[in-house]
Amino acid sequence: MQATATEPEVGAAARTDVLGRVLIVTYLILAIAATMRAIYQLISKFEEAPLAYALSALSGLVYIVATIALARRRGIWRRIAWAALAFELLGVLAVGILSLVVPEHFAHPSVWSHFGQGYLFIPLVLPVLGMLWLWKERSIQGHQSAGGRS
Amino acid sequence: MITWFAIALISAAMLVAVVCLAVFLRGRAPNDYSIGGTLLIGLLLVAQIVISTVAPMTGNHAVGDPLEYWMYLITAAVLPFGAALWALVDRRRSAGLVLMMVSLAVAIMTYRMLVIWG
Repeated sequence: MQATATEPEVGAAARTDVLGRVLIVTYLILAIAATMRAIYQLISKFEEAPLAYALSALSGLVYIVATIALARRRGIWRRIAWAALAFELLGVLAVGILSLVVPEHFAHPSVWSHFGQGYLFIPLVLPVLGMLWLWKERSIQGHQSAGGRS
Repeated sequence: MITWFAIALISAAMLVAVVCLAVFLRGRAPNDYSIGGTLLIGLLLVAQIVISTVAPMTGNHAVGDPLEYWMYLITAAVLPFGAALWALVDRRRSAGLVLMMVSLAVAIMTYRMLVIWG
């Protein structure tokens, strides 16, 4: 099973590639976690806080979209990735603030309540890292294609 | 849920995560140790499914919500097999990091299951 040993990983491109894959898998796990939790909340206690749990389900869907868009990130998918990440950042900030200001509607546990505290604040950090990665990857690709042409 | 088995499962998952990280840091693609370790975690989770099915019949009932518990358990049990399949298909070095993250996720989820079971 040791057939593929070291592979040449030189330069910033390879490093962003590894970082990107870690990011995508983190998104995948978060998407599964958020969606499963939302399904559970919708089945068992939707009446308790319809607004918070509907948002919970929406966040799960957006994480799934973000995971797929980040994995593809060509053409239109890159724009979808940007949009999904921006939506997540706004969502975690908005619900984070709302869960402190109007706890009776938003303090119910979801990925975004209290700025993602229940998930080690990963939902707060992840969209920022994702956008940095998208931005950096594009600038590296730009350099490479420019170098190839000259 | 059997407490010592759950703790053994969490410890094993964390150990496998360290092994996967070591394989990655040595610059190697996922090998028998990291993929085998991940599959072992998957088998332990299958054993956990059997234990959780039998336990209520012997009077060991969950304190928390069984639905929530089972959603965690089924999701956790699917993760290692999915990741191992990924590592077999995609032979790049970074697939080792995927294995590591899945093992860490299983460790956290098993802890969460232990809390729900009470």
